[in-house]
Amino acid sequence: MASDRDISRQLQASVLDAHHSTRHLQLIGSGSKRFYGREAKGEILSLSAHSGIVGYEPTELVITARAGTPLEEIEQALTEKGQMLPFEPPRFSGGGTIGGAIAAGLSGPRRPWGGAPRDLLLGIKLLDGQGRILNFGGQVMKNVAGYDLSRLMAGALGTLGILLEVSVKVLPKPPQEHTLTFYSEDHNTWTLIRDILGKAIPVTATYSRGNRHKLRLACNKHRLKRIQTECGLETVDHQEEFWQALRDQELDFFQRKAPLWRISLPPAARLGLADETLNEWSNALRWLVSEKPGEEIRTLVERQAGHAVLFRNGDRTGERFHPLQPRVAEIQRKLKQVFDPKGIFNPGRHYPHY
Amino acid sequence: MHNRQTLVRKFQQMLPSDCVIFREEELIPYECDGLSAYRRVPLIVLLPYTADQVEAILKFCHQQQIPVVARGSGTGLSGGALPHEQGVLLSLARLNKILEIDTENMQARVQPGVRNLAVSEAVKPHGLYYAPDPSSQIACSIGGNVAENAGGVHCLKYGLTLHNLLRLTVITIDGEKITLGAGGLDAPGLDLLTLMTGSEGMLGVVVEVLVKLLPIPTCRQVVLAAFEDVEAAANAVAEIIAQGILPAGLEMMDNLSIRASEDFVHAGYPTDAEAILLCEVDGIDDEVAEEILRVREILLKSGAVQVRTAADEQERIRFWAGRKNAFPAVGRLSPDYYCMDGTIPRSQLGKVLKMISEMSDRYGLRCANVFHAGDGNLHPLILYDANIPGELEKAESFGGEILELCVAVGGSITGEHGVGLEKIDQMCAQFTDQELETFHAVKAVFDPHNLLNPGKAIPTLNRCAEFGAMHVHAGKLRFPELERF
Repeated sequence: MASDRDISRQLQASVLDAHHSTRHLQLIGSGSKRFYGREAKGEILSLSAHSGIVGYEPTELVITARAGTPLEEIEQALTEKGQMLPFEPPRFSGGGTIGGAIAAGLSGPRRPWGGAPRDLLLGIKLLDGQGRILNFGGQVMKNVAGYDLSRLMAGALGTLGILLEVSVKVLPKPPQEHTLTFYSEDHNTWTLIRDILGKAIPVTATYSRGNRHKLRLACNKHRLKRIQTECGLETVDHQEEFWQALRDQELDFFQRKAPLWRISLPPAARLGLADETLNEWSNALRWLVSEKPGEEIRTLVERQAGHAVLFRNGDRTGERFHPLQPRVAEIQRKLKQVFDPKGIFNPGRHYPHY
Repeated sequence: MHNRQTLVRKFQQMLPSDCVIFREEELIPYECDGLSAYRRVPLIVLLPYTADQVEAILKFCHQQQIPVVARGSGTGLSGGALPHEQGVLLSLARLNKILEIDTENMQARVQPGVRNLAVSEAVKPHGLYYAPDPSSQIACSIGGNVAENAGGVHCLKYGLTLHNLLRLTVITIDGEKITLGAGGLDAPGLDLLTLMTGSEGMLGVVVEVLVKLLPIPTCRQVVLAAFEDVEAAANAVAEIIAQGILPAGLEMMDNLSIRASEDFVHAGYPTDAEAILLCEVDGIDDEVAEEILRVREILLKSGAVQVRTAADEQERIRFWAGRKNAFPAVGRLSPDYYCMDGTIPRSQLGKVLKMISEMSDRYGLRCANVFHAGDGNLHPLILYDANIPGELEKAESFGGEILELCVAVGGSITGEHGVGLEKIDQMCAQFTDQELETFHAVKAVFDPHNLLNPGKAIPTLNRCAEFGAMHVHAGKLRFPELERF
């Protein structure tokens, strides 16, 4: 059921109240990502009632919606016009709102080709920690007036303010996507994928686990056949659900109770870890289930110019996100001061003392 | 007041002597960037060779409270690299090495002074290229591209500079080296890489850039369509996108720009058309051919009077040459021209062009329009003669009015050229006082003493108060007939 409700005045009143009495607020959309980040603290402020698509003009390739709008509603509106959210936001447990998707900054399997939330975010209406409503960015593709403070909100986990409205770039959905599969020893995978990418073949997702690999391509049947012959790969039909399950972490791999690490790396990087990983994004994103100490994992990842997030399970009071260079951490703390001087939004959810 | 001679001696102790430029006649070439209407001679120009030297310079300037304006190739069109009379102009032109081409990861690590086109040229043997292609790509530098978040004619499909960056190494005003972004597709913490990109040299000095490379598409094809009516051309653009086609480039030119370009480069443009569209599709052979057929069909249905597919690669390049040379071509029509850079929702194009044409009559100045139609980025080129007293001011005021119109229809005062000094007053039209205060507070996080490119990009609230008083006559806003966004 499509909802259309503007509760920005109520939200503003709650924020002003929390600001004056320095009370912590825990921002929640649909609650599908409550597992993510450090332990949440503070009074719950639900944004899900602040919902509805405010503007959608398919030929402008932009959709503007209130933060609490369910992803499902957005995707339905886009599908009707043959379009999509190019970052393929995960819908953990089937839920998720557009505000939550942007705030968490997470992307699905299409990320290397479709972009991340920060790439697609064009503008925001922000309710900051002093109860001010501010507009940054806009509804147009290109906009370099002022600092890009809208994109700064993508992945900030709501620590800088409430995203009352977001404008996101959308793209035409490929009319057809096909899945190819192949078996190969792990160390050969990248070479093969790199080869395929080098031919400008429109790959839109990759998956590797052990010696089993899948590629999703956006092309017509005729071309699929040619690529298949050329690269010696096998077609598998009806894989939409597989890619969706990968996006939403419903595959068995993600159901284990041990700590799940999300590791972001240059695609060719070799980690030198014995543990099995599940790889996406042509190997630039690797999921690792491991009981190894965080420090050990992070040292290895850092050496390869990447970073590691403790994504699910494990201790939620320690460092979940990769520690920052001291000066960068200081800049981050000072930026928090600009938007939320009393530190009322999601305290400690992203980093300790932040 | 800083004393030039004292500073020269200090910098000469710190740097090789050819890095310090201080003689009046040698300073003159640095007095402006691509916006030559604004000129200022800096106190000193410094041309370091290394990032360590940049670090030392910034440390010293911070300690002595000397303003620093960073400069790439100086091709910017908004006065962003206009020097400070009491400051150092820090040219990054000698940090011009491609440090590493990593074909395995499809990345290149370059210094900020490397020219945009040089990256693509260097990686071409590996079948790769760097996607952002601003029209000045022969000359403009990657560092400058980062500072302005430069675009180009292929942004609709391949994104802006921001979308093609992985990591920046930046030196803060007090001389500390920080890394923003990572070797992978994302980085921990707040996304400071996006904040730094397009910040116009106000937050830090970029000394190294890790860019993404893409495989060169094996096939590119372009269609040229002529229209008797600008609105029909604009509708054709909307229709192409509505049909699910994402062209690699989608450009529009009006009659005055068509004629100017045709005279200049003989691209084969129909000079009697009111508007032309250039639509480029790229990919692998057969799909490109299929998509071109669909594009042709849509264009004809949308009222194009002529649709031509480039017969071969030479003709494709010629079609683009007309567009890429539109600015200098228009420049030949008049002693001076003033290039604007507003963005608008595409649906507003017809209305905006009509209002620009009315303004053109009112100001008595001709205006040619070139439009990145795919992403709503309009470049009106106002023709004027600086030798006629008052004409520059008239052109500026005409331009200002166009930008305010862009804001009023829901767009922005700048799509890719930056605010610099040029559009600083129009910032007051786009942002509220509270939003501007937030920008100043963000600036203070990085540069509390306001030493990096002071006076650019973000206007003071006082300046906006004066600007507002000047523009709201008898309590009436401009364009009262338009809905406010």
